[in-house]
Amino acid sequence: MDNILSIVTFIPAIAAGILALFLHGEDAAAQRNAKWVALVATTVTFLVSIGIYTGFDPSNTGFQMVEEGEWLMGLKYKMGVDGISVLFVLLTTFIMPLTILASWNVEDRVKEYMIAFLLLETLMLGVFMALDLVLFYLFFEAGLIPMFLIIGIWGGANRIYASFKFFLYTFLGSVLMLVAMVAMYSDAGTADIEALMSHQFSSEGFSVLGIYIVGGMQTLMFIAFFASFAVKMPMWPVHTWLPDAHVQAPTAGSVVLAAILLKMGGYGFLRFSLPMFPVGSAVMTDVVLWMSAIAVVYTSLVALVQEDMKKLIAYSSVAHMGFVTMGIFAANQQGIDGAIFQMLSHGFISAALFLCVGVIYDRMHTRDIEAYGGLVIRMPAYALVFMLFTMANVGLPGTSGFIGEFLTLMGAFQVNTWVTAVAATGVIFSAGYALWLYRRVVFGDLIKESLKAITDMSSRERLIFAPLIVMTILLGVYPSLVTDVIGNSTAALISNYDTALAAAETANQSAASH
Amino acid sequence: MIQADLTIIMPEIVLAIYAMAALIGAVYTTKDGLAPVLVWTTAGLMALLAIWIATNGDGTNVAFNGMFVDDGFARFAKVAILLSAAAVLLMSQDYMARRGLLRFEYPLLVALASVGMMMMVSAGDLMSLYMGLELQSLSLYVVAALRRDSAKSTEAGLKYFVLGALSSGLLLYGASLIYGFTGTTLFSGIIQTVHHDDVSLGLLFGLVLLISGLAFKVSAVPFHMWTPDVYEGSPTPITAFFATAPKVAAMALFARVLHDAFGGVVKDWQQVIVLLSVLSMLLGAVAAIGQRDIKRLMAFSSIAHMGYALIGLAAGTEMGVKAMLMYLAIYVTMNIGTFAFILMMERDGKPVTDIDALRQYSKRDPGKALAVLILMFSLAGVPPMLGFFAKFGVWQAGVEAGLTGLVIASAIASVIGAFYYLRIVFYMYFGAENEDPIETRSTPVLWGALMGSAALMLIGVFYQFGIEGAAAAAATTLVN
Repeated sequence: MDNILSIVTFIPAIAAGILALFLHGEDAAAQRNAKWVALVATTVTFLVSIGIYTGFDPSNTGFQMVEEGEWLMGLKYKMGVDGISVLFVLLTTFIMPLTILASWNVEDRVKEYMIAFLLLETLMLGVFMALDLVLFYLFFEAGLIPMFLIIGIWGGANRIYASFKFFLYTFLGSVLMLVAMVAMYSDAGTADIEALMSHQFSSEGFSVLGIYIVGGMQTLMFIAFFASFAVKMPMWPVHTWLPDAHVQAPTAGSVVLAAILLKMGGYGFLRFSLPMFPVGSAVMTDVVLWMSAIAVVYTSLVALVQEDMKKLIAYSSVAHMGFVTMGIFAANQQGIDGAIFQMLSHGFISAALFLCVGVIYDRMHTRDIEAYGGLVIRMPAYALVFMLFTMANVGLPGTSGFIGEFLTLMGAFQVNTWVTAVAATGVIFSAGYALWLYRRVVFGDLIKESLKAITDMSSRERLIFAPLIVMTILLGVYPSLVTDVIGNSTAALISNYDTALAAAETANQSAASH
Repeated sequence: MIQADLTIIMPEIVLAIYAMAALIGAVYTTKDGLAPVLVWTTAGLMALLAIWIATNGDGTNVAFNGMFVDDGFARFAKVAILLSAAAVLLMSQDYMARRGLLRFEYPLLVALASVGMMMMVSAGDLMSLYMGLELQSLSLYVVAALRRDSAKSTEAGLKYFVLGALSSGLLLYGASLIYGFTGTTLFSGIIQTVHHDDVSLGLLFGLVLLISGLAFKVSAVPFHMWTPDVYEGSPTPITAFFATAPKVAAMALFARVLHDAFGGVVKDWQQVIVLLSVLSMLLGAVAAIGQRDIKRLMAFSSIAHMGYALIGLAAGTEMGVKAMLMYLAIYVTMNIGTFAFILMMERDGKPVTDIDALRQYSKRDPGKALAVLILMFSLAGVPPMLGFFAKFGVWQAGVEAGLTGLVIASAIASVIGAFYYLRIVFYMYFGAENEDPIETRSTPVLWGALMGSAALMLIGVFYQFGIEGAAAAAATTLVN
């Protein structure tokens, strides 16, 4: 299969097209058909994507399974994966069938709902595989449309505010990135990501409006990309769209948002910022590291006082993404490996936590922590699952959460001990808010009348959690599963980064001595 | 000699003679009874002329000692003008007929306006420029006031006329100054006398006045004041016409004058165009936020879109002109689809233009709602819709020309502008239930225009019908 990447990317889109064209009516049978088509399509996508994993050669640091073809306006349709992107592709295909299963109770406009999710999957997969700037942007940005509709149509009471905020925040960041992309295209004469990685963008400082910019064009481009990825990630202080979007989105929407969409920011840093603007990244490293440390502490504290379960988990996501940016900008093997690991592990854990909220929300239709208590008495299986993921969220050794946090902290420690010290307190805070949430919801006496008839998880719900539990524990005890795949690519990334920095350094020195 | 000249302007002659003959024919026969037939024949003739121009034109031909230029650029613009005018004519028939507005003059005035526009884009001289412009404008003034018994419509016509006359005055004054300081009205003569090192103040003054007059025609800020009122007051099909063909013609004329006559002094006019562009984009984006009337909203939207197209012009390069032409072609396609939908909106047979009326429209008619959704995202410039590629093109030209600041301003404006397009989507998909829902009356033509234009927005990601090559060829003939 020469074009396995395109096949994987477009299976969901084709299924969406089939739903749109051939499925009519809103009766129960049509709804069931829509769900089954979506489930089969996402499952098939996952199964085919295993072929990407088995066909992937971890010792090769370049792009693999590359497909290339002419597109429009001098651009190329170019897809490929390397060690950094391949696991995100698998994460996406792995999570999507679970989100469809988690949406089994949706009754309003089921067909459109499934189409939105299927299109979203295609666009997300495209983001991780695209090797042309504009193609990347197209997938990156187009993903906003289905997500905007998912939040806006199937969301909670305040969904309109949340959907607009989500769209406009991310759109603003993205158009600035697009301007930088246009500038890169005009500077390098190509939009090919592989070629751009070896292109040296000018790092000579100059003044804009009286402000001297160290690192020149590279710094400006870094900032433009940062505007987009920092919002997407999201980093403090541009994270405020995320809690709103999470709270209002339907459960499956939250899962996709937390598990996959947030990872695009981190992926973008690794694919664009570090390799293409090494000098700009180096200039901005301290700022980003401190922003990460603030994010970890500040959002953890905010999470402590939340009344709404989804909001609490959303803030905890921001805190965990703080570890990711910290690891990435530590720019060493442990840091970057840890960042990728943390993103993958957070993909499983946050997805599971949002699903946990979804389970009780489906029964009680409230997300107020106050409304619960003593669930362990009626829902022992649920209590067990929830506990596992709470512990994973805290970063308990033996779960995947631990490896990511530990590696990123270790990487950052070699670069900036103060940042690491501040961020490490976040581990304690996370134990605070996560365990407290768990205590208030699950433990205590079952005194609320409304909860006395609550039922434990159905077999469908157990089926959704099973693969997530397996992955969380498997990665926790056997992390080489991930690090072996990504190790060579990240090592190459770091050595290129260091070489580029050294080259810029000598260039600057020779310029200064003249 | 004269025969060669006449061959070159044959399409214009055919359309003009047709319009006059049909006018006389209709006056002496059944008058308005003939109107439906005239709509179809006029649209058909325009489409045929478009095909004729697209397939038969070759090279650069100059007629009447340089007064009239028929080159790749003019042909590209003419095809866009004729096709969009034909589409709007067909779309309007049902709407006009049901409201007693389908007079026989209507299609013929549109035809005459189109002749004027074809003259404009082919102008090689300040005089032929003015002739074309006035022929177009006078026809448009009349159609704006076509609904004689409506105060709003007559107000729109009058307002358009008074302000249009003012702008024509500015333009003429500028033209006379340019003539005075260069000694010629021919573009080919002006470009030889005007160089970078010796631009006199008087000439500059004339250039600025000329640009002001043209900016009025493309409704660029700060010469945009007429647009919202005229858009709102005119009958909707007329608004649709205003938003499409005349915009293409005026932008093409703009490019024609600046490159053919003042191509040697790019730096002198670039600054002015940059300012017009920034102001248009920002005002178009901000002012539309408060609009509740979809026609006024589209007026501000068109102001903003002209701002984006002006980026291509401001670049002052071949790439810029190409990007501008592509932008216009895509913009016209989007607008035809959007106005096809606006023409459908009605309640109890009366046209509705309040966007509030669209609440939960997607539940009643998912197909059309989806098409409008695609068009709105395309207007906002969100990929993968074609509108994104239009913006990408002009930004690319802007950055290549070193106008990064302008491009960043336009990026910010596009985010602000996205808000009001999103709001239409919001009303259709997530708005609260409306107790008084609108119906949409759909005729095959309107349905086809809406669905066709929405489909093009998506197909454009894979295939753009060779429009890029045509635009590139057109830009080459203009700039070199």
